[in-house]
Amino acid sequence: MLTKRIIPCLDVKDGRVVKGVKFKELKDAGDPVESAIYYDSEGADELVFLDITASSDKRGIMIDVVKRVAESIFMPFTVGGGVCNTEDIRDLLNAGADKVSMNTAAIKHPDLISATSRRFGSQCIVIAVDAKRREPQEGKPPGWELYINGGRTPTELDAIEWIKKAEKLGAGEILLTSMDADGTKNGYDLELTKAVSGAVKIPVIASGGAGSVSDFYDVLTKGCADAALAASLFHYRQLSIAGVKNYLSEKGVSVRI
Amino acid sequence: MGTLHKTKGDQISNGVKIAVIDYGMGNLGSVVKACNSFGADTRIIVNAQDFDTADKIILPGVGAFGDAATELKKRSLDKLIKDKIKQGLLFLGICLGMHLLLDSSQEAPGEAGLGLIPGQVVRFKDEGIKVPHIGWNQIEKNGDNPLLKAIEDKSYVYFCHSYYVCPDDKGIIITTTDYGAKFASIISKDNIFGIQFHPEKSQKTGLKILENFIKL
Repeated sequence: MLTKRIIPCLDVKDGRVVKGVKFKELKDAGDPVESAIYYDSEGADELVFLDITASSDKRGIMIDVVKRVAESIFMPFTVGGGVCNTEDIRDLLNAGADKVSMNTAAIKHPDLISATSRRFGSQCIVIAVDAKRREPQEGKPPGWELYINGGRTPTELDAIEWIKKAEKLGAGEILLTSMDADGTKNGYDLELTKAVSGAVKIPVIASGGAGSVSDFYDVLTKGCADAALAASLFHYRQLSIAGVKNYLSEKGVSVRI
Repeated sequence: MGTLHKTKGDQISNGVKIAVIDYGMGNLGSVVKACNSFGADTRIIVNAQDFDTADKIILPGVGAFGDAATELKKRSLDKLIKDKIKQGLLFLGICLGMHLLLDSSQEAPGEAGLGLIPGQVVRFKDEGIKVPHIGWNQIEKNGDNPLLKAIEDKSYVYFCHSYYVCPDDKGIIITTTDYGAKFASIISKDNIFGIQFHPEKSQKTGLKILENFIKL
């Protein structure tokens, strides 16, 4: 049986893990490879690296990080952040990423999804979506608005309509972040996750809001997510991946232990 | 001569020469690193003329069927693979590298595969399941095979694919995996092996399977 995935996310800036906390297991918490090895040993099912390097001339650093990670750990990982075109995707896949996620570029140039999924296969094209609940307003439909540029710019597009379109164009997976829930630690946005999961037939990774083990249970059951992602919760060791997976297993959710 | 990949910390070579076929569409780092860690002497083959000598060939899985089949032909790698398999070299195809062994694929109608395993590559029917099939799923053994030495039945391995192989001869299926329906996750015919999941991404279980292949 296919298991539900638990995915830690690491923000990487100029080749270093941001917000890396120095655990006793880690000699250098800022080293993406060391962090990856640590999460691997903890039982993570996949990793996501988000490159938040601001300047484009430093982007080559990320390629080196990806190469070193691919040669150090034998587990799958996705790389995203600032992916602009087919060449970026090719370079990251060539360096060893299993999947590449796109956000703003895909919304600005939807044909990028069809071109890259045809060339590299849908299974490695992940569309990252930042969605924010719309204020109830007369004349406007309820639902979630799609944001770009790291959640800074509203698009007026409906997030769910965009996700359906991305699926049709060849996206293989959705990495869904609720901007309302993100950082609150009050739980994932179950309503949004369920709505998206029901709207498409590709896997959905839920992100934003995890604060406790029961939040993971809720989003993987009630929210119908295929995978759950968390960042700071794991970085700061508020929860361990093994702890989350043991809890899920006891509650009858199929996970790899 | 292909490039010799050796890094510090690799085991001393046990003399097994592995040719990893690179058709320019993705990463081979994890596969090469895994082979080297079991003492193999791994070379990357980009064109047919790079091929010097090898005991075994690995065709890793990246990209889409149509482009991959075209690239193999462009680099005369299709002929090389067929010749070497005929000569008895052990061959391992991973994911798309497994698909390419068959006659054709629904992913690229009209594009011919290597035709070494009679049959077709088909897409999952997305009725009640999500496609692509992404994540950790179990392999169920159909009897014994040297590739599965010390691998427990129902071990978890990592899958990432929308298509799977349907060989005409069901007898070559050595493990199946359940996703909507049961499909062939490992096949073995004479000196040819095909693996649908990514052993190079499947941690301990995957590495053991690669080690088994190297030590066959």
